[in-house]
Amino acid sequence: MFSEMFYKLLDKNLLQLGIWETIYMTLLSSLIAYVIGLPLGIILSITDQNGICPNSFINRVLGFIVNFFRSIPFIVLMVAMLPVAKFILGTSLGNGAVIVMLVIAAAPYVGRMVESSIKEVNSGVIEAAQSMGCTNFQIITRVLLPEAKPALIHGAVISMVTILGYSAMAATIGGTGLGQIAIIYGHQRSNDDITWICVLLMVLIVQAIQIIGTFIERKTDKRIK
Amino acid sequence: MIELKDLCKTFNASSGTVEALKDINLTINDGEIFGIIGLSGAGKSTLVRCINLLERPTYGSVIIDGKDMTQLSRSELLKMRRSISMIFQGFNLLEQRSVLRNVTFPLEISGVKLSDAKKKAMELLKIVGLEQKAAAYPAQLSGGQKQRVAIARALATDPRYLLCDEATSALDPNTTRSILELLDQINQTLGVTIVVITHEMKVIDQICDRVAVIDQSRIAEVGKVSDVFTNPKSEIARELILPQDRAALDTTGGQKLRLIFDGNYSQEPLLSKLILECQAPINIIFADTKEYEGAIYGHMIIELPSDYRQADKVITWLRSSPIKWKEED
Repeated sequence: MFSEMFYKLLDKNLLQLGIWETIYMTLLSSLIAYVIGLPLGIILSITDQNGICPNSFINRVLGFIVNFFRSIPFIVLMVAMLPVAKFILGTSLGNGAVIVMLVIAAAPYVGRMVESSIKEVNSGVIEAAQSMGCTNFQIITRVLLPEAKPALIHGAVISMVTILGYSAMAATIGGTGLGQIAIIYGHQRSNDDITWICVLLMVLIVQAIQIIGTFIERKTDKRIK
Repeated sequence: MIELKDLCKTFNASSGTVEALKDINLTINDGEIFGIIGLSGAGKSTLVRCINLLERPTYGSVIIDGKDMTQLSRSELLKMRRSISMIFQGFNLLEQRSVLRNVTFPLEISGVKLSDAKKKAMELLKIVGLEQKAAAYPAQLSGGQKQRVAIARALATDPRYLLCDEATSALDPNTTRSILELLDQINQTLGVTIVVITHEMKVIDQICDRVAVIDQSRIAEVGKVSDVFTNPKSEIARELILPQDRAALDTTGGQKLRLIFDGNYSQEPLLSKLILECQAPINIIFADTKEYEGAIYGHMIIELPSDYRQADKVITWLRSSPIKWKEED
């Protein structure tokens, strides 16, 4: 039923490794992208003219940088940013470099996600917190982030699925994972079944992320019930 | 005591500057319930936000307990705000926190230990009658219950002042009444000075001691509620207090008189006496009277009989009676 190549990949554990590599690259890049994107999104939302400390200079500069990176297609960004990976890791090849690229591409995206989640917080609640004498830092940590939590989780699911999609292009710069297997063993060696198996596996991973994310979102959101 | 002196606030909008408040001078005494009434857009919400400096006045000073709020440093201002609580039309509860944790919130941010804060919050929830809802979330509560939680939260830091910005405008009449009763009770038992912003005269009428009528960014009239209610001097006060009787005046028919009840004659059945003694049929077109501390206040519009002799009789009777009245056109 399957091509010879499929059994070969299974025997050598390459397919299993591919699944693991895809998941691990997606999770690690998402984590680092949030370490950068979360503060970025917070700053973007609070420096907005309707935010709690408006600052149009910072808002415009950060907004420009975010838009700049977001307007470059990932495949082009990956090639263009090779020197950055080389600078950080000493090499522009392999999964390390892929993760750097994924973070560069995803952090601005995550920043916008976080910004829009925080802007959804009812401005009346922020005003109430101000009337109680909250400092801006307290408003961020005790009002904006907790109140935006369901939206933040929702955004995280969308971001992770996007990052998973990007990671499949990693084969271009020597990254591994399901994307690479699909291209090298499936497409280039004309084993259609391998391509389709990789597609199926990625669909399953996306579904799993979505189901777990939705479950956590429902569990944390106290507005429904 | 809250003193507003020469307060002005202008906003810079894209269409030019908007003067939201002009030359506001007001003194709100300790322990009273002070109402601020006006139509929407009159500037009353801006005015109440100038008291705790959520809006910084463009000119003038806000003096609370002798301190000029506009001169305080940022940290002094944040501290001061803990003694000036606020409740809102939209309740503004933290949706992701339970009722109990909403009430502990102001205590948490001022550094009180959570266990102590919870104890205090339960006491406050008892005052507002919601102790059994402590574990619920705001989404599970009705509007009236949400406002009770907001009131409990506002009282958590033992404030000296409570600012209510259209706090009952989103509630039905029965719930409005019970929330106002709660505010009145808080004023009497805890001695909290309350400032009530509203566009509804019945709110002022139910709980306020004094009222300021605000119109087009200025204060049109200030006085005791009973005085303003019986004898509104400004056009806007008349409009707010007697809104329904405009339609009554439009009805065609004979000459109309407005009888004004200012609390001096409560128990006598005056109108019956008038009708019996003059032997004249009288049509009541509009009446809005209320009892306030045992006396009757309000207005009534009557239509005189079309027979001019009978009408004269009524007018002569009224002239010799203690009733205040005037002709309406």
